[in-house]
Amino acid sequence: MSVLVYTESEQGKFKKTALEVASYAKAVAEQMGTTVTAITFNADDTSVLGNHGVDKVLKVTSSELEKFNANGYASAISQAAKKEGSKVVILSSSADSKYLAPLLAINLDAGFASNVVEAPSNVSPFTVKRTAFTNKAFNMTTIDTDVKLVGVSKNAYGVKENAASATAEDFSPNIPELGVHVDSVDKVTGQVTIADAEIVVSAGRGLKGPENWGMIEELAEVLGAATACSKPVSDLGWRPHGEHVGQTGKPVAANLYIAVGISGAIQHLAGINASKVKVVINTDPEAPFFKAADYGIVGDAFEVVPKLIEKLKEFKAQQ
Amino acid sequence: MKILVCISHVPDTTSKINFTDGDTKFDTNGVQFVINPNDEFGLTRAMWFKEKQGAAVTVVNVGGPETEPTLRKALAIGADNAIRVNTEAKDGYQVAKQLANVVKEGGYDLVIAGRESIDYNGGMVPGMIAGLIGANFVTNCISLEIDGTKAKAMREIDGGKETVSTSLPLVIGGQKGLVEESDLRIPNMRGIMMARKKPLEVKEPVDAGTETASVKFEKPAPKGAVKLIDADNVGELVNLLHNEAKVI
Repeated sequence: MSVLVYTESEQGKFKKTALEVASYAKAVAEQMGTTVTAITFNADDTSVLGNHGVDKVLKVTSSELEKFNANGYASAISQAAKKEGSKVVILSSSADSKYLAPLLAINLDAGFASNVVEAPSNVSPFTVKRTAFTNKAFNMTTIDTDVKLVGVSKNAYGVKENAASATAEDFSPNIPELGVHVDSVDKVTGQVTIADAEIVVSAGRGLKGPENWGMIEELAEVLGAATACSKPVSDLGWRPHGEHVGQTGKPVAANLYIAVGISGAIQHLAGINASKVKVVINTDPEAPFFKAADYGIVGDAFEVVPKLIEKLKEFKAQQ
Repeated sequence: MKILVCISHVPDTTSKINFTDGDTKFDTNGVQFVINPNDEFGLTRAMWFKEKQGAAVTVVNVGGPETEPTLRKALAIGADNAIRVNTEAKDGYQVAKQLANVVKEGGYDLVIAGRESIDYNGGMVPGMIAGLIGANFVTNCISLEIDGTKAKAMREIDGGKETVSTSLPLVIGGQKGLVEESDLRIPNMRGIMMARKKPLEVKEPVDAGTETASVKFEKPAPKGAVKLIDADNVGELVNLLHNEAKVI
């Protein structure tokens, strides 16, 4: 009967989103008067999950599932849900979780609500708040099936501590025909990704050319942030497509989003609406972004950004 | 190769979003509807297969008669024929059930859908179709090559990309990158004229319940005015981000 949560790890270590979905699962379990079971794939030390509300861990160790595979993972998670009798299954909104979720929903005959931003307002009927219209609105949705599948938006619920310990047991699901095989992975290492970032520094055409991105990268480095860009910038090939933020690019739900030289087209604003605090730096005081921002500086990026880097370095040195 | 491209009929990206009936329904007043941008990339890729490798391309939509102009636009871009499943789209599962039935009946080798629609953003329909028909599935797809029954695709992952091999039948959740935006096609006059003569079949829906229900919409709380900081006093921004916003 316990709530099942899929906790993602990379090279054996849990991602921050794993702790966030575990915290969310704990809140749901409390509302339902039950416990939390986590399923992990090739994760090393699972004790940290206990500190975020997990009572029991099902550890899958499998060389076949060493690389993420949507079909394989969905099958294993559905077997775990059946074994635990779980009526609610929780996962994150990472690219991988969004990939496997619809397959899992079909396996479990579970209704699926994605992009959920709050703990359920009611568990009977099971009602959640999710974003819609690319963050321009929210939609209260009920999940009416016996088993419910919830995809939690990043940084929406937060990581909550809960001093407890989790028991761990090995779990060996039947692994189905995988169907899709990974040939190669091309991942930038050593940099914060937009998906994992709590702070995102983004720049637009106001930077005038790709050669001027050094200061944006430096600002991101000082803040431990990821770098991003507006659509015209990725269309011009100044920055990779993967950094394009907006309606047809990546959505950003960061705690802090700093936009430099971006005017704030409606499609861009839709992609960053879910971010908590927005800062805009732009020479044009009429830029639409100023209406969406919390803090703004009307000024030339080439003067403001270096000063900001300097002030942030001073601030960090004092901390 | 028989390709089915799923087309979602969505509000134009610049639409103002409003609700009616006590915030329970989307207000379509004054809203321009378009082909879902993620689907448009897929449709263009399907055109490429048709022209370079030989393929028959069908477009499909689940919706009422008001969605037909969107299907006609897809025909004007170059699809061979269109199917409209004549029922109101209620949730991702119900839509996926209808589309899975179209795939089964039509024996399609490749189904291309957008990774998500820009209205409800559920991102579940392509994966559910794959699950329902037992086809292979790749989402966030940014490149796709087909050779016989073998397929090679690239998909965007958090922080990078991944190359995968798989085989037909295959369902793709496509997005920008599947083709370049500059390669997207705008219907020309000849295409528009020809589209009028192309078949648009209206299919009655199969029995499919829903699994979720929309209860109410809410708009984000109105935002306070921006706090402007003097460009000569950047330190104040650092101070506010630390002490007021508490984000650094």
